[in-house]
Amino acid sequence: MELENKKIKIQAKNLNVYYGAKQALFNINLEINQKEVTALIGPSGCGKSTFIRCINRMNDVIDICKVDGSIEIDGSEINDKKVDVVMLREKIGMVFQKPNPFPKSIYDNIAYGPIIHGLAEEKNQMDNIVETSLKKAALWDEVKDRLDEPGTSLSGGQQQRLCIARALSVSPEVILMDEPCSALDPIATAKIEELIDELKKSYTIVIVTHSMAQAVRVSQKTGFFHMGKIIEVDSTDKIFKNPSNKMTQDYITGRFG
Amino acid sequence: MTKEERLKKRYNSEKRFKFYGILSVSLAMIFVLVLIQNIVSKGSSAFSRTTIEVDIIYNANLLEIEGPITKEALNNAEFYDLSVESILKIFPSQNAKEERQVLRLFSPDFEYEVKRVLSKKPNKINDIVPIRLTASDDVDQLNKGNFPRDLPEDRRRVSNFQLNIYDNLVEQDKIGKKFNDYFFTKGDSRDPELAGIGGSLMGSFFTIVICLILSFPIAIMASIYLEEFAPKNKITDFIEININNLAAVPSIVYGLLGLGILLSVMEFPRSTPLVAGITLSLMTLPRIIIPCRASLKAVPPSIREAALSVGASKFQTVFHHVVPLAMPGTLSGTIIGLAQALGETAPLILIGMVAFVVDIPGTPVDPSASLPVQVFLWSEQAERGFVEKTSATIMMLLGFLIVMNFIAVYLRQKFEKKWN
Ligand SMILES: Nc1ncnc2c1ncn2[C@@H]1O[C@H](COP(=O)(O)OP(=O)(O)OP(=O)(O)O)[C@@H](O)[C@H]1O
Ligand SMILES: [Mg+2]
Repeated sequence: MELENKKIKIQAKNLNVYYGAKQALFNINLEINQKEVTALIGPSGCGKSTFIRCINRMNDVIDICKVDGSIEIDGSEINDKKVDVVMLREKIGMVFQKPNPFPKSIYDNIAYGPIIHGLAEEKNQMDNIVETSLKKAALWDEVKDRLDEPGTSLSGGQQQRLCIARALSVSPEVILMDEPCSALDPIATAKIEELIDELKKSYTIVIVTHSMAQAVRVSQKTGFFHMGKIIEVDSTDKIFKNPSNKMTQDYITGRFG
Repeated sequence: MTKEERLKKRYNSEKRFKFYGILSVSLAMIFVLVLIQNIVSKGSSAFSRTTIEVDIIYNANLLEIEGPITKEALNNAEFYDLSVESILKIFPSQNAKEERQVLRLFSPDFEYEVKRVLSKKPNKINDIVPIRLTASDDVDQLNKGNFPRDLPEDRRRVSNFQLNIYDNLVEQDKIGKKFNDYFFTKGDSRDPELAGIGGSLMGSFFTIVICLILSFPIAIMASIYLEEFAPKNKITDFIEININNLAAVPSIVYGLLGLGILLSVMEFPRSTPLVAGITLSLMTLPRIIIPCRASLKAVPPSIREAALSVGASKFQTVFHHVVPLAMPGTLSGTIIGLAQALGETAPLILIGMVAFVVDIPGTPVDPSASLPVQVFLWSEQAERGFVEKTSATIMMLLGFLIVMNFIAVYLRQKFEKKWN
């Protein structure tokens, strides 16, 4: 019931994606609500990453990738030729499976986005952005004394939070996370999950995960993908307690995938 | 076969492989050491030159100066007669023939060496100034022990009379050795003791600088465009294949190109570092493009994704992240390409850099030699003095190449980022 009241942030309609001759996504229809965590689950190779990369048009850089259909964000089409991808990606941050900080200082990692978008005019404004981003990513206390050290010198979990802070630095509305914890140990994972819980108050989050437990812990809505199709989308509660599709049932109980 | 036998066989084949590996590495090392030992033993003596100390008696009357003896007048004065008079005093000669032989113990430049010392400060008449004059090549080689003295006189380059003077001078402790600055500061010469690599060093320097200026920016831009921006289609495939082909084209073909286009059609000045630099940059371009593209390719896609995902444009991603990260590989590729260009001889011979050039080039459009061509030129000379100069030049060339390669390796190791 609560779901009904939520505002729709992202809406995919009849989305088909092809890698050359191979079709990776079939007729995807999915609604993602504002200020909520949506989890995407499904067996390996089912197209979760492909879908999430459609949302910030990351697939544009893959020559052979062709996207067909519509994705609307706040009601406006993003696959339109007129849409500037740079502006789009400023609005939609992304965190990748493997932490990928720039081989620069922690400070510069965060400052890069604001610099290219001209978000800060003075040094103290930039310092401010760096500090708030790191605080939001729950990393500030650990790195505030060593902002000049290379981002790559941090631990894996810290690096991933640095990447989250980097995504937050340009004040996005949506954060896409593609298996953000798959390279992390349980403690680092717990920290990130805690962080996601906090972030959903102000951001719309889409997270791809292979861990059912994680989906249950962090998300309000879950979509189950299989072989490029969406099998079932519903509230996380419903999907994990009482799925309507047999395949979903089999997947979440670990019978395949 | 039992399990033990199989295990033993495996260990044996591993041992044999290890042995072959060590053997081939040792063989390679031995060849390199023999080469270096050979060059060093032949060439190291070129870094010193033999001098003969002569008491020059200052006699202003012999300077052909009219009017007062000013500094300017001294600069224009002729020191030949004055030098000869003093030199002949080192040993009594009976006739003109013997006098000539005495003079021939010295390098033909002795009057300038005298002038350089004497014109510096005003001297009084009959002042005696001891000056260490450069000995001729024959005396130089004799002093370095490269001339067998026990040959019959007619098969020796040094006559009995000269040998006698030499021994006499040795007894008086007049024969000395000093660091051969001429080898570094002088241009080519017909007299080995006066020949130096100053000219070819400058020639090589200008050539490499021009080659760098032309090939580096073009190669970088070409590789960035091809690797990052060009659409992948038949045309870019074709270009890629041809760049690889060009890198394999023998260098002499580029020499022909330089000869045919730069010299014949465009009429650039012959034998100059300008033409050499342009020709070599044509040769070096593909050799730089290939490692540049490889190092651009080696930048992990995750970095590009990171930049794109915070809203960097393609251009910003490439120039803010990919290119800086590829720089060490790019630079080391460039340096290695330039090192190859530095050692290149064949194309330079075709564009006329084999000319005998005495003057040290002051600009890239002056005729000049280059180090490898200098080696080639001197290796054809018969005089013993040129043999050691050839080896010494090879040492210099090898030194530069080793330094350049060392810098390349250093850059690659120091600045290569570790990806996790
Ligand atoms: N760059 C690409 N070129 C060609 N095919 C691709 C490319 N990326 C993905 N695919 C194909 O598209 C399909 C979906 O891949 P995708 O990466 O979206 O799967 P996924 O659900 O994210 O899997 P995983 O859980 O293993 O990350 C796969 O069959 C894959 O082979
Ligand atoms: Mg994936």
